[in-house]
Amino acid sequence: MKAWKSALGAVVVGASMLSMAVMPNTARAADPLKMAWVYLGPPGDGGWTYAHDIGRKAVEKKLGDKVKTTFVENVPENADAERVIRDLAAKGNKIIFTTSFGYMDSTLKVAKSFPKTEFYHATGFKSAPNVTIYNSRMYEPAYLAGIIAGHVSKKGVLGFVASFPIPEVVRNIDAYTMGARTVNPKITTKVVWINSWFDPSKERQAAEALIGQGADVLLQNTDSSAVLQTAQDKGVYAFGWDSDMTAYAPKAHLASSIEVWGGYYTKVAEAALSGKPLKSTVWGGIKEGMNDLVSISSLVPDAAKKAAEAKKADIKAGKFAVFAGPIKGQDGSIKVAAGTSLDDKAIDSINWYVEGVEGQLPSAK
Amino acid sequence: MLDSLTPLLASAVAAAIPLIIAALGELIAERSGVLNLGLEGMMLVGGLAAFVTVAHGGGLTAAVLAAMLAGMVLALIFGFVTLTLQANQVAAGLSLTILGTGISAFFGRGYVGFRAPASFDDLPLPLLREVPLLGASLFSMNLLGYAAVVLLGAVIWFLTRSKAGLALRSIGESPSVARSLGLPVTRVRYAAVAFGGAMSGLAGCYYAVAQFKMWQEGLTSGNGWIALALVVFATWRPARVALGALLFGGVTAFGLYLQAIGVHVSTFALGSLPYLATILVLVIISTNQLMIRRNAPASLGKPFFDDS
Repeated sequence: MKAWKSALGAVVVGASMLSMAVMPNTARAADPLKMAWVYLGPPGDGGWTYAHDIGRKAVEKKLGDKVKTTFVENVPENADAERVIRDLAAKGNKIIFTTSFGYMDSTLKVAKSFPKTEFYHATGFKSAPNVTIYNSRMYEPAYLAGIIAGHVSKKGVLGFVASFPIPEVVRNIDAYTMGARTVNPKITTKVVWINSWFDPSKERQAAEALIGQGADVLLQNTDSSAVLQTAQDKGVYAFGWDSDMTAYAPKAHLASSIEVWGGYYTKVAEAALSGKPLKSTVWGGIKEGMNDLVSISSLVPDAAKKAAEAKKADIKAGKFAVFAGPIKGQDGSIKVAAGTSLDDKAIDSINWYVEGVEGQLPSAK
Repeated sequence: MLDSLTPLLASAVAAAIPLIIAALGELIAERSGVLNLGLEGMMLVGGLAAFVTVAHGGGLTAAVLAAMLAGMVLALIFGFVTLTLQANQVAAGLSLTILGTGISAFFGRGYVGFRAPASFDDLPLPLLREVPLLGASLFSMNLLGYAAVVLLGAVIWFLTRSKAGLALRSIGESPSVARSLGLPVTRVRYAAVAFGGAMSGLAGCYYAVAQFKMWQEGLTSGNGWIALALVVFATWRPARVALGALLFGGVTAFGLYLQAIGVHVSTFALGSLPYLATILVLVIISTNQLMIRRNAPASLGKPFFDDS
């Protein structure tokens, strides 16, 4: 969205904004292991990129002058990404994290020309000898948020402000709905897609549209806190996403699903320093400490809090999987049979709504 | 049906207000012959100034003043570069956007992550709030929303009824003729640019302490460009700026509303609706060349060597 609004501006002025939106930043340290991060938004987005930047800082704090970290912010998910990644590799960064789904193909392309550099791509599904995928099972905290939403919602209608129709987002909608339906089997989720990761204006309008249609507990898979603010203004509830967003809207905030990247980033750095770079795909969740549901508000009834925490304990203990059957699809047909559960490959390519989600899933392409 | 349309209209109005404020400011600047492309930058700096003010315990009045002042300072830098030093306005305006984006990002780092401690809340007008459809949208805006309506009236009056407005327009048409009549071209242009900056700052203030009540980098997410486009879209006429902003906010809100009620339409098509609408209107407008030429300031963007 940012790109097309800029493009409109560009039509008016006959100049391109995109190349100017990319501003490199260098963090200081001594010489050693050079690591670079490619960010989708600004570290000040208070959400997705903010969480990655906390992870980057954790590496710096832990390893001090053994590493030198760099990041480039506001990198659009288009040809610019390839240019930025190539530039970072050419500057001698030995480890490069590309932190958004849309960088997948650019990362693979650049990785071919820099076989000695290790690339780590977040949330993708294509790897290469020097491209390792890492991801966080955000659907786990989304499921727990759903349990709370199921308790809190009075109207039995939930709202979801979604970004792009890709599996990463679809499974969070599904998990949120399934969590809520453990409490109230009749609950439904309305979904609005905004085709952007970060656009406070549109996020707000989407939240307004959902609230207008009766949704009283919202979750968003976008990067700003505009949905929470809107919820507070309109007297409904919502959750924080990516980072702890309690302080944004104390009267509306029920809990936050957060990403925790620091541990993983530090492990990658340590492995590289020891000469044995991490090469295996990592898909961590609550159990691995890569995400969590935190800051459950006092607005949440005790029963809901207990139910969510009990489920969290089960997930941690490996006793519960979100995508374990029986799971019904939107039309009521069995998608996952009882006694079986979706494997990671299936979860990572999920393109269907569970029972209770309203509307039709737009196709990604 | 009315029940569904009311929030839709409210959403459109809320999205349109900052666009109207910023675009009216730019309209005045452009009517004086100065093209300032730095709206996005001035809006961001104004928004941050307002947020910082309330974050440190300042009141809402102080926030509004700080935002307008911040926008104005940026605009005056632009004015100095283009009006005094005669630099290219397009290049200077783009630099201003980058400068404002950078400044707000840098100084805003410490203000991410919490709600504005004071904010403009909706003020439904007594009696009028009961009016169906309009009651919950037009008559339930926050103070800055009503200010935008007053601003619209004032700008229309200024341009069409006041002597100063006539002077401003004549300077925009032909600065050399205006100069020969004894009008202070550069001073008027400075004032127009400063006013534009103040309005952009105010629009930023709307985002930071009225609509979103928070600070995040890039908070305005490209809306400065939309406001800029609206001025052209409206063929430099204030009432059309307001209509265009409502259309823009309305079309976006309508697309999201369709999704919320479960109508299946391609989200990509929905996303491009506002732009398709823009193109359509531009096509319709451009069928009448005279209409554009009559209102477009003839000296727009051209430097003027004021030898006074």
